Order: sequence, then structure tokens, then C-alpha cells
Amino acid sequence: MLNLPIYLDHNATTPCDPRVVEAMLPYFSSHYGNAASRNHPFGWAAEEAVDYAREQVAKLIGADPKEIIFTSGATESDNLAIKGVFDMYASKGNHIITVVTEHKAVLDTCKHIEKVGGEVTYMPVDGEGLIDLAALEAAITPKTILIAIMYANNETGVVMPVKEISAIARKHGVLFFTDATQAVGKIPVDVNKDGIDLMAISAHKMYGPKGVGALYVRRKNPRVKVTAQMDGGGHERGMRSGTLNVTGIVGFGKACEIAMQEMESEAIRLSKLRDKLESALMQLEEAYVNGSREHRLPHTTNISFKYVEGEGLMMGFNKNIALSSGSACTSASLEPSYVLKALGLGDDLAHSSLRFGLGKFTTEEQIDYTIKAVSETVTKLREMSPLWEMFKEGIDLNSIEWAHH
Amino acid sequence: MAYSDKLIDHYQNPKNVGTLDKSKKTVGTGLVGAPECGDVMRLQIEVDDATGTITDAKFKTFGCGSAIASSSVATEWLKGKTVEQALTIDNMDIVEELNLPPVKIHCSVLAEDAIKAAINDYRVKNGLEAIQFEEKGVH
Repeated sequence: MLNLPIYLDHNATTPCDPRVVEAMLPYFSSHYGNAASRNHPFGWAAEEAVDYAREQVAKLIGADPKEIIFTSGATESDNLAIKGVFDMYASKGNHIITVVTEHKAVLDTCKHIEKVGGEVTYMPVDGEGLIDLAALEAAITPKTILIAIMYANNETGVVMPVKEISAIARKHGVLFFTDATQAVGKIPVDVNKDGIDLMAISAHKMYGPKGVGALYVRRKNPRVKVTAQMDGGGHERGMRSGTLNVTGIVGFGKACEIAMQEMESEAIRLSKLRDKLESALMQLEEAYVNGSREHRLPHTTNISFKYVEGEGLMMGFNKNIALSSGSACTSASLEPSYVLKALGLGDDLAHSSLRFGLGKFTTEEQIDYTIKAVSETVTKLREMSPLWEMFKEGIDLNSIEWAHH
Repeated sequence: MAYSDKLIDHYQNPKNVGTLDKSKKTVGTGLVGAPECGDVMRLQIEVDDATGTITDAKFKTFGCGSAIASSSVATEWLKGKTVEQALTIDNMDIVEELNLPPVKIHCSVLAEDAIKAAINDYRVKNGLEAIQFEEKGVH
């Protein structure tokens, strides 16, 4: 049976798994203690629940529970990792290497670092969205303290060569931080096998609740420390003060446990559905997949439909299908996706992109419906696109002098 | 963002999509915007030489729903107007008609620019001087 509306924006957020909600419920009004209250059963129950969740999270990523610092989400984790390392290792150096396609939470934090006296190198990516490892190694200086490169990209789903990156970091005694928001719970991530020193995770991208996440901070080989960015009661081994969001943490833990059990089979199912969607849409003329198709998350595809504008396209079916576009016609800047532009796409192709993010509750019927709706809308809008008409007449659009505004 | 019913209707059932023969002396064509900016509008008018009345108007637009709806409204309004009357169409009339949100006002400005460009093209073709318009600001 076809369920409408169809949610295909799982890189933005995911619904809470009902089992996650169920696990959380008692912690709203029955076990409402403060995990830091050491002298009564309410506090003990909360602390026990947090400890259990810490184990569930740690297990999913092959870490020790002591290495998990709970935060409010990946943005906070990104800030804590980068600013915390910059402050803690100030005597060692002040140089950070990152990549132009990182999430704004990383890029804007790096911009802040530059304002307070740090130096940041922003590595470019190739047409596949991947970095040049030799160039990464060449960018390391004696002052380099951190390499901050995401595990998987939120717009294209492109998975970075994390093992190779960490090997380079190790070789030069530089710490490696990865924002793994899009990867954890979707593909196998193991902090030891992958050589990760710090890692940001978010619960709501993996069927957990919003407002909770974690920063993994390695304790052995090497022992990593970050300077707290918020002053207060010294929670989370002094690295993140603030009363723990027990309910959210319980849900986060449960989401990790479920991911551990179901991730592998889900990845197979979703990659089949994604491939079906992608190959059907690629039947349309002038459709292009953005980013590497080989190194990619199983549930994501980003496609540009040349000569139609992404937001206009979405309006054709957004009552029934939720997804997102690299076009930014509504934002103040009108600038299309910086991620797609970094891959070498022209502004026109970036404006024409749609991101499809499949998830746990996506069905084949929904994919069939999406294929039909998107194909029909692309065809309809091309009929009314002056650019499509010019393309069909063989006019080179670059030969036209556009009135830029 | 919630769009008005009128806007959605113009997007779903746009009026006057098509192409007029731009080589005809009676046809004026305006092509405004740029692919890099995410919107390109081509608006055409056909003018009755004897009366100066716009007998037909067509458009093709690459852009968001608001840009498509703005072009559709503009072409509807142009038909039956004289060229002089067409020059009085203001982008704020389109904003009002479609209840465009502030971030979409540039779409209406583009439509007004397209009307003016089409009229100027028609004027130049017919030996008249192009009218110099004031800039409506950034869109």
C-alpha cells in the first residue's frame, strides 16, 4: 500500500523509531532524576540509564564507554572538538586542516578559529567530492594539530577515505576529528579500525530524538583531551558541563542498539531502492548524479536535472514528497549549494539539484511513486523552460549575455 | 513556507506557456535573469500595429514556483492592454495578486523587467527608441 506523504529527506532528520520512543517514556515523568544527584534513588536510576546508554553508543562505534561525551548534538560536538583541541594543544601548534565541503558547523567553527589566531587550510575536492590524499599530507606543517574531515557528506552522501586520512594523521602525529553525523548507524564505523581520535555523532539522524548527540574522545593511543567550551558543574569528565538530557540520552542509546542490529540489512535494502530510483531518473535526458557513486552512503543520491530549477521542481510534488534541493532561491543570498559548487558544478547545475535521502520506513511503492512524480514534473517544467528550448535548438547557453542580477 | 492558492494554481496550470515567432516585426521578446541566479524568464508580446494593442503574450520560465506564477500572471494581464498601459504594470501588483512572501519579491521584479524588455524589443524593431527604465533594485 502506498503511504503518502513520502519522506525522502533522511539526511536532514529521521523519525524516532517507535522502540526509541518507548524506551524514553519512563524518563519523562517516572525516572526524572538528575544523573548528577548522587544521594537518592532518583539520581541513581538516571545515572544508571545514562551509563547503559553510554555503553550502547560506545558499542556501535567500537569505543570504550568512557570515551563518550554526551552533547546536545553534532553542531555542539563539532564546536567542542575543534575549539577544544585548538585550546588544549595551543602549545603544540595552531594549524587545522579541513575540507571545503564540510558542514557549516565545522566550517564556521574553523572561521572562528582563524579569528582567534589560528590558521586553517581548506582542502578542495575533486569532481567526485573526494580529497587528494597526497595534497592532504603535503598540507601538514609542524604547526598542524588537527585534521577535521567528515565521514560522509550530508548533501551528496560521498564517503571520505577515512582510513587513509587517519593513517596520514597518525604518521605525522596530528589528531584526526571526523564529523560522522551522516555515517554512524548507516554504515559500519569503528573508531579503532578507522583510526579516529575524535568523532561527532547525532541521535536524530539515526532514528533517535533531536537535541542529543555525542563527541567521541579517544582515551588511549593517544590520550586526547579537549578544553571545555562551557563552564559549569564539570559533567562528562569535565569536558561538557550541563545537566544531562537523560531522556534524550536513553533514546540515543536505544537508537544505537537498534542500528547495531538492523543497519547491515537496511543498508542492503536501501541501496537497492536507491539504485532503482537513481537508474529510473537517469533515464531522463540531461540528468547527472552529483558525487562519487562508488564511495557513497547506501541511502542517498543527489541528482541534477539540467534546465529546470530545483525549488520549482519540488513544488510540483512537495505536497506528497518531501526532499531537498541544492537550490537556494529562498535564502537571502540566492547562492546555490557550496558543496555542489565545490565539486565543480556550475551554478546552473547546482540550482537544478535534488537530494533524495531514503530511510527505514521507505517502501518500494513510495519509490515507484517518486520516480513517476519526479519524471513527470521534470518533463513538464522543461516544456516551459526557455533554457530547455535553447538547448533543444542547439544554442550554447554560454554564448548568451545574461543580465546578471 | 505556505504559498497562496492563486500562486499554486498558476504554477500547476500556467497560462500562456509557449513561443511566439521572434522574427516577426510585431513580436517583442524580453529575456531576463541568468541561469546562475536560478531564474530566467522569456516573455513575448504580439502587438496589433494598427491599434497598439497586445493581442497575445507567451512566456517560458526557468525558476521557482513563484517565478513561473509571476510570468503566468504577467502574460494574462498583458493581453488586451495597449503597450502604453502595459508599461504601468508594477511588480508590486504581482506581489499582491499572488501574495508573494518577501523572499520571492525578486520574482515579480523579474516579471516586470521581462515586460519592459519585451516592449523595448518591440519598439526598437519598429524604429522607436528604447525607453530607459530606472533600476528596481537588486533581485
